[in-house]
Amino acid sequence: MAFSAFATATATEQAPRRASKVALLLLLPGIAYLMLFFLVPLFSLVITSLQAPAEFGDIGEFDNAFRWENYTTVIGQYSAQILRSFLYAVLATIFALLFSYPLAYFIGVRARPYPLLQKLILVMVIAPFFISFLLRTLAWKQILSDESPVVAGLKALSLLAPDAFLTGTPFAVVFGLTYNFIPFMTLPLYASLERLDTRYLEAGSDLYSTPFTTFRTVTIPLSMPGIVSGVLLTFIPAAGDYVNASREFLGGTGTTMIGNVIESNFLISLNYPAAASLSIILMAVILVLVTAYVKRSGTEDLL
Amino acid sequence: MIQQLIAQARRSQLSRRTLMSGAGLGAAALTLAGCARADADAPAPAEDNSANDKTLNWDNWAAYIDEDDDGNYPTLVGFEAETGIKATYSVAVDDNNSYYGKVKDQLALGQDIGADLVCLTDWMVGRLIRFGYVQEFDQANLPNAKNLTPSLQNPDFDPGRTLSLPWQGGFAGICWNKEKVPGGLESVADLWKSELKGRVGVLSEMRDTIGLIMLDNGVDISGDWSDDEFNAAMEIFEKQVNDGQIRNIKGNSYLEDLKNGDTLAAICWSGDITVINAEAGDKWEFAIPSAGATLWNDNFVVPIGSQRKANAEALINYYYQPEVAAEVAAWVNYITPVVGAKEAAMAIDPELAENQLIFPNDDTLSNAYVFRTLSGAEESTYGSAFQAVVLGS
Repeated sequence: MAFSAFATATATEQAPRRASKVALLLLLPGIAYLMLFFLVPLFSLVITSLQAPAEFGDIGEFDNAFRWENYTTVIGQYSAQILRSFLYAVLATIFALLFSYPLAYFIGVRARPYPLLQKLILVMVIAPFFISFLLRTLAWKQILSDESPVVAGLKALSLLAPDAFLTGTPFAVVFGLTYNFIPFMTLPLYASLERLDTRYLEAGSDLYSTPFTTFRTVTIPLSMPGIVSGVLLTFIPAAGDYVNASREFLGGTGTTMIGNVIESNFLISLNYPAAASLSIILMAVILVLVTAYVKRSGTEDLL
Repeated sequence: MIQQLIAQARRSQLSRRTLMSGAGLGAAALTLAGCARADADAPAPAEDNSANDKTLNWDNWAAYIDEDDDGNYPTLVGFEAETGIKATYSVAVDDNNSYYGKVKDQLALGQDIGADLVCLTDWMVGRLIRFGYVQEFDQANLPNAKNLTPSLQNPDFDPGRTLSLPWQGGFAGICWNKEKVPGGLESVADLWKSELKGRVGVLSEMRDTIGLIMLDNGVDISGDWSDDEFNAAMEIFEKQVNDGQIRNIKGNSYLEDLKNGDTLAAICWSGDITVINAEAGDKWEFAIPSAGATLWNDNFVVPIGSQRKANAEALINYYYQPEVAAEVAAWVNYITPVVGAKEAAMAIDPELAENQLIFPNDDTLSNAYVFRTLSGAEESTYGSAFQAVVLGS
């Protein structure tokens, strides 16, 4: 996914207008792939979301129907988890942006004279990908556990109440989300900052603007494509994430996100219509939010 | 939609690459068929091919069979030597629900799920039997089944044991960290003491957690209780979760929380505590709560699509020999269902034969209760109510 960010950042050449038969033929596998693995499952998901429990049926048995109430029921039942998911995703995106921007700026602009250093830091950003993110999240669970030096240290410094803990709290979940998505934010930011023409910055200071004004009016607009890609790559998966908030990882019963609700309805309660309607609600909300965001940042042409 | 797919498939027979996506179409059609709801008629059992195919796949839970330092399973090696059947043992069951979620579509179609023998918990076996997803045993192949403990011979989900046979059983009870909770615990209500706030863990297995709370309320969970008794226990559970008294609700991974100290006291499974004491220092103690423990069994079943039922029966028959059962019990620390295993264990290690968690006597067993089988409707309602609390608000 991170690679598509690079793709959106590079200006694509205008495709030839005449659709040749060869081009159509070459497109066919892609179209067939999308039909099979996107449209068909989506269609099946919509049908499932409208199913009604089978009469006298056993657990997990449903009949096709047009039960629109499924949607209102799950919204009523899980509104807290839905809102929480988007809150956590927004927080994680903001924190990831705050951490990643200086990092990407350093790699992409300041470290330009030192290509070796640049590559080294880039490797450090990407290296965690070599280990499964499940393992990394489990490692954080151990690091943040009650008897760990981290928690003991925070308590010694009175930054944490004596009976307080970190795992299973919103802090741990947002922390985990931020940590896991930082590379997805850093890489697109780096890709756009790397091509930042520093002569613009010089021109800014020649025209008596303060460093902050230059940053606000020159650097940020020029790196906007990177910001938009990074925000999308972080926000969309973070909103649907069910690993960090899971009780098996960093979450607790009070931090359940929509992904966990879907998982539990699908695998444990076997309430497929509820899980399917929640999935569709999640997709729809993300679609609306992302469209609004992209429109607002005025970067539609980048998508 | 389907017509479009077919049209796509026809058009795609032009190049090698598009041919491959055509193969994908076939797979998708299968997947679609897999989504179809189980028919009212149960699937038909697969034809047995054991005579020509001397192999066997067995799915089981983690740390649930004797294992030596090299990762071999000594009793299973013995089985292969004795019968010439090559058995593949997979630790594929992590949780009843997730395993069921993985295989249910194949089961509904009567297809092979890649396992000829699975060990699942009583209530899940009850569900599989209700749906007709398991094959009936040929008793002629199971002469050693006569060694089954009498109390397990007629469970309500499988009277006469024609479709399932127990593998191991155990208790759900309470445990605590001896260093941090020196006083220990006596009952489930002790878990709600204020000094344990935020450090209590319970099992995500509803029947164990709610079962123990119901027992603490004085309900006989094997008896004829109804919604009121269940809801009373749910209320206590919900209150403790919302008050932050209960922090963790987990499956087998609760052991990690015990080890890293997040959980100081918990509802847990008997055999596990022996295992982590051996693994991470003798720090924990298990007890049967004063009001009683839940008792469960994991049972062998042969999935409906298996073509190696006779091989599977040979394996079950092998493990129902008292000497073999004793060897397994000595390692896994769970209750063996085989009569005579205690005497066999006496020969290995007399202390082992006295371990109440492996060979419980009548006194211990009189304080252990099996959660009664739920109807399909009850399973849905109770399960959803439990999940609603687990997912928080």
